[in-house]
Amino acid sequence: MKANIVEAIQDAMRVALARDKDVVVLGEDVGKNGGVFRATDGLQAEFGEARVFDTPLAESSIAGVGVGLAAYGLRPICEIQFGGFLYISLNQIASQAARLRLRTAGHLQAAMVIRAPYGGKVRTPDLHSDSLETLFAHTPGVKVAMPSTPYNAKGLLLAAIDDPDPVVFLEPMRIYRGLRQDIPDGHYTVPLGVARIAREGTDVTLVAYGAEAQTALEAAQQLATEGVSCEVVDLQTVSPLDRETIVASVQKTGRAVVVHEAVRQAGIGAEIAAVIQEQAFYSLAAPVQRVTGWNTPFPFVQAEHLYVPGTAHIAQAVRRVLQD
Amino acid sequence: MQANFLRPPQAEFPVVRLVGVDGARLAHAETEPDRETMLDLFRWMVFGRIFDQRMISLQRQGRIGTIGTIRGQEASAAGLALAMRRSDWLIGSYRELLAYIAHGVSIETVISLYRGGVPGPFPADVGAMPIQIVIGTQIPHAAGAALGAKLRGSDDVAVGCCGDGATSEGDFHEGLNFASVHKVPAVFFVQNNGWAISVPRARQTASETIAQKAWAYGMPGVVVDGNDAVAVYAVVKEAVERARAGDGPALIEAVTYRVGPHTTSDDPRRYRSDEEVAQHEQDDPIARLRRLLEREGIYEEGMQERLEEEARSEMSAAIERAEAAPDVTPDQMFDLTWAAPTESVQKDRAQTISDLQELGEVGKE
Repeated sequence: MKANIVEAIQDAMRVALARDKDVVVLGEDVGKNGGVFRATDGLQAEFGEARVFDTPLAESSIAGVGVGLAAYGLRPICEIQFGGFLYISLNQIASQAARLRLRTAGHLQAAMVIRAPYGGKVRTPDLHSDSLETLFAHTPGVKVAMPSTPYNAKGLLLAAIDDPDPVVFLEPMRIYRGLRQDIPDGHYTVPLGVARIAREGTDVTLVAYGAEAQTALEAAQQLATEGVSCEVVDLQTVSPLDRETIVASVQKTGRAVVVHEAVRQAGIGAEIAAVIQEQAFYSLAAPVQRVTGWNTPFPFVQAEHLYVPGTAHIAQAVRRVLQD
Repeated sequence: MQANFLRPPQAEFPVVRLVGVDGARLAHAETEPDRETMLDLFRWMVFGRIFDQRMISLQRQGRIGTIGTIRGQEASAAGLALAMRRSDWLIGSYRELLAYIAHGVSIETVISLYRGGVPGPFPADVGAMPIQIVIGTQIPHAAGAALGAKLRGSDDVAVGCCGDGATSEGDFHEGLNFASVHKVPAVFFVQNNGWAISVPRARQTASETIAQKAWAYGMPGVVVDGNDAVAVYAVVKEAVERARAGDGPALIEAVTYRVGPHTTSDDPRRYRSDEEVAQHEQDDPIARLRRLLEREGIYEEGMQERLEEEARSEMSAAIERAEAAPDVTPDQMFDLTWAAPTESVQKDRAQTISDLQELGEVGKE
């Protein structure tokens, strides 16, 4: 079938609801309205109000009720309407879902998915554009998947639903409908914890994920016309990190630029730079560069195009690593 | 016209009390415990008192870490647990340790937790979530587990427990609200023991009772004398059975008193008087139930002493088993954190263990 990212996500939930009666979908406006981005469009009509249902407008309990459902043995998919609202769910995800197995010596598990759109350049109000993956990448016990294409959006979400560990699934709002491709019908998975080489190259490795993986691919295409060959590593899963794929690529190219739109300090980019330093230090021909959001909150809309890394920002960093 | 600023009258929330402090029957309830159950209540309450003493003494000896005390709250805990079925889900906190044990979680599991070891697992047929430390966070879990039971077509009920302090947390309100909107088979049980560490009940909420908060969520609320084991049992039983029958959730406020410190690290003399504590000690829930049993000819000479002796030996045996268990190992931490570890997690695990082995801090696998 042809699908954009939001349609691929919807299809993944439809497939999961059809194949496992323990799968339920809950969140704000996910029922009759089909979600504010239509990710759950038609699911309530198809699977009934018991399995696809609206919750009160309260993000802590959306995640918290999910923990209780999962403890009882169900497989909840919780939708948080915008990534910024994950701050309110953080306690339930980090202090509860992530530790349920540990606290019960394996007696109970929180096999659940928390879905949320993330990211900027969509001209949204305050706190609707944040990229909060680092909060969850710093939370052992939770996996963090961030798709970049319709194909990996559906496959990663189905893998997340099947996974016995809780998964925070952050969806690239900016490219929800920006990109269509053929995806397989029915059930298939893209494994969690495995990055993909989105483009092969020889001069420099661009490490990115989510919407920025697409930006990195565009930058790579532009740079190719200047004679620079970029390899693009699309992480797909931000935590646990696929260090092997990153390290192998940097060992080949000798140069790395890490890209994300989340805040710079202590971001995923810092972790990746540390991994490269630990495992590919002697292959490096230049210091690792980071192209990221700033050490400020996500800006007012008028400045968001400056904050979210674009192809020019990435090209600038690539030129810097090539100078050395 | 003039707006009518209504206040809920306290008279709407009378305290349910079936047995007076002197042990006299004040009233009967359909769901009150039978003779056998009253003896069970007494046995568990006596056990709870000994458990509390032994745990505090283990902490003083450095054999376990900081632990919350439960003295004075035995009637609330035992009444709650015995009114539940073993498959009903108990979702409480560190103040419900006696309830967890009476519900079917083993004593050594609880001791292991406070020894800093792997706490469990719980028996497969016991409905329970972990002993919660983060205040109020378990209340949405109870709503979720109850919804799970409803969706699965099971008649299990989930009981979410917390203290008076937790009723100030957002999760308390979110959980009750969700449970009532979705009419799930849940019961919310608040042990109002008067104190949240040093902050008295009056500084937690300006409402006259905690039970009346239920009204705002469209569910019934009941205040029960939390030192009257017979009344706690009867009220919880009624709430659990109406939830089981599909009549939705209810909130129970059990009014009791924390006679001991918040935890072994707390010094209550900094914020409350000895006189206040002494006054509350006049109403010892164990003594109250014993007087009832005596009045009704159920109590046998020397029963309490015998039960105390049994409790001591159960505790000694459990302590011995818990202390014989091996210490937590780094591989357990990784294995219990991830059920489906990715390649990098497996490498982290191996590297951590090999680094510690190199230092001789852990043995070879």
